[in-house]
Amino acid sequence: MIQYRKTDYQENTGMYKLLLCLRYLRTRYIALASIVSVMLGVATMIVVNSVMSGFTKEMQTRLHGILGDISVEAISTHGFPDAEGHIEKIKEILGNDVEAMTPICTTAGIINYRTFGRWRTQEVIVIGIDANTKGNVGDFRNYLQHPENRKQLRFDLREGGYDVYDHQAVLSESGTLGKLFSWWNKAAAEEENETTLMAGGRKLSKRQQMEDAGWEHRRERYSRIYSEAEDEFGYGSRDAYRPAPPSSLEIQPPPSENRVPDGNSVVETPFLKAAQREEEGNSAETEMDDPFGAPVVKIFDPLKEQHSGAIVGIGLSMLRSGGEDCFLMVPGDDFKLTFPTNSTPPVGITDNFTCIDLYESKMSEYDSRFIFIPLQKMQELRGMADPTDPRMNRVNQIQIKVRPGVDLDEACDRLRKVFDPYIYDVLTWKDRQIALLQAVEVEIAILNVLLFMIIAVSGFGILAIFFMVVIDKTRDIGILKAMGASSWGIMSIFLMYGLSLGIVGAGMGMIMGLLFVWNINEIADGLSWLLGRPVFDPDIYYFYQIPYDICPWTVAWIVGGSLFIAVLASVFPAWRAARLQPVESLRYE
Amino acid sequence: MQMQVCGVTKSFVKGPHRIEVLKGVDMEVQEGEFLSIIGQSGSGKSTLLHLMGLLTPPDSGEVYYHGRRIDNLSAHERDQLRNRDISMIFQFYHLLPELTTLENVMVPMMIQQSYWQYQLHRRANRERALEILERVGLSHRLKHRPKELSGGEMQRTAIARALVNHPKILLADEPTGNLDRANEAGIIELLRELNARDRLTLVLVTHNPTIAEDTDRVVHLVDGRLVD
Repeated sequence: MIQYRKTDYQENTGMYKLLLCLRYLRTRYIALASIVSVMLGVATMIVVNSVMSGFTKEMQTRLHGILGDISVEAISTHGFPDAEGHIEKIKEILGNDVEAMTPICTTAGIINYRTFGRWRTQEVIVIGIDANTKGNVGDFRNYLQHPENRKQLRFDLREGGYDVYDHQAVLSESGTLGKLFSWWNKAAAEEENETTLMAGGRKLSKRQQMEDAGWEHRRERYSRIYSEAEDEFGYGSRDAYRPAPPSSLEIQPPPSENRVPDGNSVVETPFLKAAQREEEGNSAETEMDDPFGAPVVKIFDPLKEQHSGAIVGIGLSMLRSGGEDCFLMVPGDDFKLTFPTNSTPPVGITDNFTCIDLYESKMSEYDSRFIFIPLQKMQELRGMADPTDPRMNRVNQIQIKVRPGVDLDEACDRLRKVFDPYIYDVLTWKDRQIALLQAVEVEIAILNVLLFMIIAVSGFGILAIFFMVVIDKTRDIGILKAMGASSWGIMSIFLMYGLSLGIVGAGMGMIMGLLFVWNINEIADGLSWLLGRPVFDPDIYYFYQIPYDICPWTVAWIVGGSLFIAVLASVFPAWRAARLQPVESLRYE
Repeated sequence: MQMQVCGVTKSFVKGPHRIEVLKGVDMEVQEGEFLSIIGQSGSGKSTLLHLMGLLTPPDSGEVYYHGRRIDNLSAHERDQLRNRDISMIFQFYHLLPELTTLENVMVPMMIQQSYWQYQLHRRANRERALEILERVGLSHRLKHRPKELSGGEMQRTAIARALVNHPKILLADEPTGNLDRANEAGIIELLRELNARDRLTLVLVTHNPTIAEDTDRVVHLVDGRLVD
């Protein structure tokens, strides 16, 4: 006699579900198709999100570095007087939250300079800065090319020692493939007998022209000009160089070779033609005590003297082609800058400047437009300086750096209460670039929606495959029910099945995505090599590497979302399976 | 009286036609008896068995088990009865193709017990399954899939599975319908032995009068009604 054992019936937590779920996973290879689709969707989303967020983060860091935290700026281009008074007022309002402040003048302008035998003209934004305080409010100093200027900015030309390699390039390797690539690149470089620096497994190109930038370059350039003049016109012709006395408030005609010589001017001396070609307009400082007498000319000696210093955006002064940097202007060269005065209506004024350093913020929008000149000089030229009281010199804005952790919007609100909104704009760096930042945010959001559609499509794949499996398993479902399995038990087999497909797919997708991101630069290199043209062109992006930023929360959301979709897609087939009447599936073979 | 069927009717709708399969059947099953229901195909004998096995509800009439009405129980209680008291075997064996012989036999225990209970009684469960497999003469086929078994072996596996949870009554739906004569004799022999030794109540549905002859009692089902 068989002994009947009385055990409670506890079907709802029975292990047959797990067993069958695992068996179905192992024997139904069609399910792999849905795993692959989930995997690809998850991997794509992780890669795109990481790279987009890397770009955004990089861009935000740059923007923040360039724009400072908060700026109080005049709505009118005429600016406001008494920068010191404003600075004190701000300090009074924000108290200890302020870390540094600097007054700034801005206006639009046009740069003119001669390079490779031609005149170049470009529109620029001229920014007057205070050499002592500007470096404290943002990353400005870090963008300069001379190590001393990065410590303390001076508007004097340095003897030499400008960076030959981009000091901002990340000199580190990433990814596992990176090491291999860097070894390979290094080996190739050694073969070419070149000294190279590596940035993230890539060859960092040398800026050859920066090697002798500075006074050395200036002397070399002007000596060559003079020796050419002497070759042509005889010894001593250099002393006969008498440029026309410039007037800084005069609109100068565009320099040209065919300029009709002015009858009274000494410039017409024919032996100066060669010098003039290079030298056009390098002004001499003149003192005209007696407007009717012969002008007393103080000769400006470009071999020993410089014009007032200026920092030029690297995008203005450099052409990039094929990773090689070709400089049109290096520290030591002179240029002309034309910008409007502060009068109504404005009048164009032109003055000579000497490039003393280059500015590389890696945001091409700024690098190709910014020229920094001394604030004092700009105020004088534009007529913003008050001759009676230097304190009343006008400025356009005050940039503020606050203590880390201070809520910028809240600080702005405090300032707005005091600074009349009809006269002043108080903006955070985010407000100033709100269009760009929002555009990027919208772009990311739309991309995410689109990519999530991919996973949703894979959800439909799961749905279809599961229906097939349920139809295929109708008889098994009937048997299980005949043996006492509940509808919920049947349903949970298929829900568990969907969840495990999701877990495997999302897990593999996550691993694949992360590996892809970690090695994205090597993959880009590999693709470039395969396609024969660069996939990620540093000429355009100014970064040496594709930036990425893996946010654990984003990854968690993506994985969680795809799991949810996998389960959701299996709910309907599972429900169908659970509703089957056991007898219907058992009656006929 | 172990099981009682009182005036059950059942009809199916097929297209525009309504087919009355059972037209008021009254039947009693005594504890420990070996009853066979014999009838032509289409006479409704399988449907009657499914009603008794709670696989389908009757249109009218009642089914009693030990004096308790069971056809209108909740789904949970019906599942429980099917799992522990009323077992079935079928003409086409209905084994789970993904599982081995041993696993197939253990499925009812997995359904009955919770996950932890099952893990806790793992050894006892396995011994029980081995014992019952030995009983049906399949201890040498533990790791084989149904595909690799002969028809007789598959039906023996199905019987082992039906018996593993110590049911009180076994409903057999043409268990030898797909087997050759030798296997048929073996299965019937096994069933009779179970009935004799373990006092297991057996209800056998068949259209083969020679099988029915060997049973304790025979009822005839003709056109949806019982004929003595």
